[in-house]
Amino acid sequence: MKQDSQPLINAEIAEGEPLTVEQAIANLRQTADTGLRYYAAWWLGRFRVAEPAAIESLVVALGDESDRAPDGGYPLRRNAARALGKLGDRTVVPALIQCLQCDDYYVRESAAQALESLGDREAIPTLRTLLSGGVTAAVAVPGKPHLVQPYNAVIEALGTLGATDAVEDITPFLEHEVAQVQNAATRALYQLTGDATYCDRLVERLQEPNLQLRRSAMMDLGAIGYLPAAGAIAATLAENSLKLIALQGVLESHLRQSDFPSQTLSTEARQVLILMDELL
Amino acid sequence: MVSVLDQTTADVGATVAELVRAIEAADSKGAMVVAVNNLATAQNVAAIPTLITVLGYNNPGAAVAAVNGLAALGSAAVPALLEQIDGYNYGARAWAIRALALIGDPRALPVLLETAKGDFALSVRRAAARGLGTIHWALLPHDQAATAQSDVLDVLTNATADPEWVVRYAAVAGLQTLAADLVEPAGQKPLILAALQRVFAQDETPAVQARARLALDTLESTR
Repeated sequence: MKQDSQPLINAEIAEGEPLTVEQAIANLRQTADTGLRYYAAWWLGRFRVAEPAAIESLVVALGDESDRAPDGGYPLRRNAARALGKLGDRTVVPALIQCLQCDDYYVRESAAQALESLGDREAIPTLRTLLSGGVTAAVAVPGKPHLVQPYNAVIEALGTLGATDAVEDITPFLEHEVAQVQNAATRALYQLTGDATYCDRLVERLQEPNLQLRRSAMMDLGAIGYLPAAGAIAATLAENSLKLIALQGVLESHLRQSDFPSQTLSTEARQVLILMDELL
Repeated sequence: MVSVLDQTTADVGATVAELVRAIEAADSKGAMVVAVNNLATAQNVAAIPTLITVLGYNNPGAAVAAVNGLAALGSAAVPALLEQIDGYNYGARAWAIRALALIGDPRALPVLLETAKGDFALSVRRAAARGLGTIHWALLPHDQAATAQSDVLDVLTNATADPEWVVRYAAVAGLQTLAADLVEPAGQKPLILAALQRVFAQDETPAVQARARLALDTLESTR
């Protein structure tokens, strides 16, 4: 859910060049214009082009050496990993696992998020290696706006993938100094243990004075689909757009459990819908 | 709500000018929210221009307070909102549409129709679709209401095919409230029910299907 928000906002502001599937794949395969390749990789993910030629070209792009950022990063690899996370083809999992070793922090982050979306447990052992050293090793990189590893993405992926063996690795991160990392650990530990007291920690975060922290807790509650938080999400001070996405997560998790649409709407589902109506 | 009232008790007797100065002097996002709440609660038409300005501050808490203040002032706020709408940035435009949607004044119909049809920002299409469902139709003569409702029905039906789930959701909510307030229900209500059935059966997003189910349940129980 989180990795979707940025491209969606970009899409809203600038729809960009209209492309055809053939053109996008051709743009991704050529090497002369790095801008065209970068955009094509994003486009294939955005429009869910899951055909074999697209997947194959995106996997090739994960090993690209030509598109380099001033900081030494690999912009095309980042976009290709994000796109592959949206396409649902698990044959790319080994290639994404390799990306977890890339020098570029953002490639590792995108790969972890993509592996979470693809839902393949094969990624668990390598994801766990990124937590090695625990909280002591989890410090900021001097001069960069991020920590040494993409801890949020890794911990969230381990939670979604059901990595119950990783509970001991994750628990210390509840006390990490960065609040978003604490939230990620809280969310993952709820998914891995089913203990609702973890969710209550996230619900308390909805009262934080800091807007970023409220947003982060809200999106985590939506991602894990914690129904008792619906009222608190609706009442927190934040943008309605984000509250609606979080409540959609809560609602749809409940709908799956209550066997909708073959069954009628439950009282709880109706209550969440009423909360959502107020935010439109 | 209680806390808002507490804050305003301290400001009993404060003039609108003083409340506006408090907004200008606010030195944090939190202080801004409190100051806007105080101005909104004053329910004074002289507060309208400042409340509209606040919509563009990129402070969601303050914007919510300003929208609620404008909505509480009702029709009195409509001319100023409509007059300034083209100059807004897209965040402010969404909040202004939301205020117009809450007020439900039929003078906002052209803006809401145009916005629901083709605004580039999904949050703005969403607010407009919702607002089209909550127009105070009794303020229009029967014939005008009938024509306008037919336009609204067309636009909302098209919006149920929007690429963004939240716009389709808002269109469904709008269709439900429109159906309850039709001046010519014999011709139009079956069209709405058919559109809602289609969404329930075919939409790819479970939250939108669920909203259509709620609309159908509600409309069928009141038939």
